[in-house]
Amino acid sequence: MGMGIDIRNRLARRAAEEIQSCMVVNLGIGIPSLVPNHLPADINVMFHAENGITGMGPSPARGDEDENLCNAGGFPVTLKTGGSYCDSAVSFAMIRRGRVDITILGSLQVSERGDLANWIVPGKKVPGMGGAMELAQKAKKVIVLMNHCDKAGNSKILRECTMPLTSIACVDLIITELAVFQVTNEGLVLTEIFAPYDVADIANKTECEFIISQKVRKIPY
Amino acid sequence: MAGDSKVENKFGKITTLEKVMEYFKDGMTLMFGGFGGVGTPPSLIDGILEKGVSNLTLIGNDTGFPHIGIGKLVSQGRASKVIASHIGSNPFAGQFMHEGKLEVEFSPQGILAERIRAGGVGLPAILSDIGMDNEIVAKGKPRLCLNGRDYLVESALTAEVSIVYAKKADEYGNLIYDKSARNTNPLVAMAGDITIAEVEEIISLGSLDPEEIITPGVFVDYVIPSKGVNWTWAWE
Repeated sequence: MGMGIDIRNRLARRAAEEIQSCMVVNLGIGIPSLVPNHLPADINVMFHAENGITGMGPSPARGDEDENLCNAGGFPVTLKTGGSYCDSAVSFAMIRRGRVDITILGSLQVSERGDLANWIVPGKKVPGMGGAMELAQKAKKVIVLMNHCDKAGNSKILRECTMPLTSIACVDLIITELAVFQVTNEGLVLTEIFAPYDVADIANKTECEFIISQKVRKIPY
Repeated sequence: MAGDSKVENKFGKITTLEKVMEYFKDGMTLMFGGFGGVGTPPSLIDGILEKGVSNLTLIGNDTGFPHIGIGKLVSQGRASKVIASHIGSNPFAGQFMHEGKLEVEFSPQGILAERIRAGGVGLPAILSDIGMDNEIVAKGKPRLCLNGRDYLVESALTAEVSIVYAKKADEYGNLIYDKSARNTNPLVAMAGDITIAEVEEIISLGSLDPEEIITPGVFVDYVIPSKGVNWTWAWE
């Protein structure tokens, strides 16, 4: 996504702050997959994969891969103690029944109401929704990690998404390389800013209006 | 058989790839287990490919990769329709769809699993609130109001033949799977008019702990030994 690893890790580190002990968390591919690297070692989290793993652990060492133990993106993973396997129906039961506390995913666009557009680039790829619709609609908290602007410099945070929607009014938190926004009934609220940016920078690069929180945190990393 | 001298064939389910090939025909509906190729039966796929069967309606989680799993059939143009949640890892699927050679019905992943499960458990449909406001998901589907809320009616899916990949089968076709290769297989196994299990190991009756059996052999018509995965994974 044209984002350096340092910046990707900053986003992942900020997202990791949302994860508390005992949560069930589903991670999308890309930047979200970096999130576990930023969690404290003693935290008890069950990572959930749509293809039927609860309690997914890190990638195995080279040579230790098991072709039948892969994440939803098809890459080898491991299973943590206490982890389990299930079929796809049970895996999505966990999602639709509200047992997945957080899903962290990437997006093409997000609207000020939290509409998510992350499954079709018009005129280009139509890959299919996979499990994104269920996760977006039914996870207790939906966190989007994405670039603030697209390659042409256009804001990806918009009054209305111009790309086909995955799900309406589902996003709770947006984390970009510039800032963190909460999606509320009153609209977007700017709550945190990454260095070296200020509110004016963010306003310049954001298509929609937003409320500025009374206390904006300057993220210290 | 498969290194276990005690294996008999009391239920007549244990057979060979060559023998089950008669069930694969042009224009048929074929359901397959697997997720990105993990858990898709490699020897059956190669058998279907070699037989030259085409004009298939394929039902499964995704279209694999061009050289992996069901993707082998898709990239050879053997399918005329696919019902899946994702085709992004197989560029041929997208290309054929855009060229009008392949009809693709997208279904959200967990709803697809439940539609297959519904077919497998003898129910005609399920009610869903996933993707109701999405044009592609909701298009042409009836709605039903229940307790004051609207739902999409998602039809059940069955197939003339289901193919699954399992770690072990006993003589009765009781199956256990291997880790994340389980995925859609237990659901697909129930939804075939005929279900064929390709397995890594065939063992004698009584060798599986009854508590660990995932798919009861009731749903399995034939068991064939697997020659194993012969493709290179994307991560290799």
